[in-house]
Amino acid sequence: MNRLNGNAPSRPRIGVLALQGDFAEHIHMLGLIGITAVEVRKVQQLSEIDGLIIPGGESTTIVKLLTRFDFIDGLRSQVESGMALWGTCAGMIVIARELTDPYPTPLGLIDIGVSRNYFGRQVDSFEQELVIKGIEGAPMQAVFIRAPIVNDVGVGVETLASVQNGVGTQAVAVKNGRILATSFHPELTRDTRLHELFVELATEAANDRIRISPDITEGTPSQA
Amino acid sequence: MATTISSSATQTNGTRGAQRWKEMSKPEVGDWRVKGGLAQMLKGGVIMDVVTPDQAKIAEDAGAVSVMALERVPSDIRRDGGVARMSDPDLISGIINAVSIPVMAKARIGHFVEAQILEALGVDYCDESEVLTPADNEYHIDKWQYKMPYVCGARNIGEALRRIGEGAAMIRTKGEAGTGDIVHAVTHARQILGDIRRLQNMPTEELMSAARDFQAPYELVVEVHRTGKLPVVNFAAGGIATPADAALLMQIGVEGVFVGSGIFKSSNPAKMADAIVRATTHFNDPDMLAEISRGLGTAMPGIEANKIPQADQLQTRGW
Repeated sequence: MNRLNGNAPSRPRIGVLALQGDFAEHIHMLGLIGITAVEVRKVQQLSEIDGLIIPGGESTTIVKLLTRFDFIDGLRSQVESGMALWGTCAGMIVIARELTDPYPTPLGLIDIGVSRNYFGRQVDSFEQELVIKGIEGAPMQAVFIRAPIVNDVGVGVETLASVQNGVGTQAVAVKNGRILATSFHPELTRDTRLHELFVELATEAANDRIRISPDITEGTPSQA
Repeated sequence: MATTISSSATQTNGTRGAQRWKEMSKPEVGDWRVKGGLAQMLKGGVIMDVVTPDQAKIAEDAGAVSVMALERVPSDIRRDGGVARMSDPDLISGIINAVSIPVMAKARIGHFVEAQILEALGVDYCDESEVLTPADNEYHIDKWQYKMPYVCGARNIGEALRRIGEGAAMIRTKGEAGTGDIVHAVTHARQILGDIRRLQNMPTEELMSAARDFQAPYELVVEVHRTGKLPVVNFAAGGIATPADAALLMQIGVEGVFVGSGIFKSSNPAKMADAIVRATTHFNDPDMLAEISRGLGTAMPGIEANKIPQADQLQTRGW
């Protein structure tokens, strides 16, 4: 990482993947908490950020464009070197380990199994209050749009929130280290608390990557 | 299905469009946010017209964010003439079963029973469309009555805000469908975006007269003045036939594109579809667009939209 300023930054650099989807809403939410986020359209930009949000959108489209524009390896290596990552809805699908659908092929950046369109079609989309571990105060208003669900939580992955349904309780918000995944869309509300949590994770990433000077990290990326 | 959905939002009959919009579009009313939210997820994407499940698969593989299920693409509707109606439910269900992306379908303007049928089929978005023959010469569908969200065409801010007042959760330009000629989509996009800029810069005392002139609900005029944008997602449609066409509309300021006849009337639909998807993402990058535009074969043949007599134009349908 080549930083102009060697001190720990008060504000991390955050990017929102802007290949398709509601990236503008995430950028707006980050703006509300004082972060000027960048639209990420090229893989080279990943080396200039401490945290990446993969927004809501169509997961098949986003996976296709990530592949078509050669993002996969770069994204994986940035995540391995400690970049914070958050997938909302389609973003959760994109970063999962496996899907119940044969298509698209997810990137496997967090150890969760995911069912796409779990709740049904658009007429079955809904909104509900959700208590989320680590988020203080009133429950968050969670907007589920053709939303996925986590049907398999891997070892080391923490469940932050779940919903009740016919077959029991299933996770809709999970976290592993600096990686966050949510089935719903905080960016469609005015509640910035999850974005604040993500900024903390990205700040951690920024500080972590800064502690080691570039010549020492050459070839040995720091690990969260 | 397994979950309960707030349906109280759809029960205020009798209030006027703008007041209803004001009541129903509050952030705490889930119905509106959930409907408009799907359109938010489609942004930066391409919605493609398809007439068979196989075409729907090709569109999905190419990266379409959604498909519009139709019996005939607009250029064929234009060529064949006659009355154009909602598609056969078998065809729509076949397409719904073939893909995992959202499926849209068209109902005739004012034909609320076609809309009821589409909702019963599980269609994700209804296009109350001028491409089909209108069923009502005066009234559009009361779109608040449905859990299924609607997209409607518009040529100017008044038309856009009237549709939103009726409950549309997404707007698209009308363009002139089935021509492969971009000129009217450009005109309508410039008109709508220009109208928005004018409203935004207006002193507040002029807004009521502007609402009168635009024949638009006052509350929505005030909302546009305040925010500088439509309260719903705004796509382009009507005549898009190449990656450059899609990028042109994106640079003018729309949030995504519909491609009707432009994909499956081109010589290599899979390639054209893929190229338009990539161009919609990198709409601002000329080097990328040059690369994307190479070797695509022939675009749809097209007809010059300015030579179509007014009586034969589809865009004048809608009130």
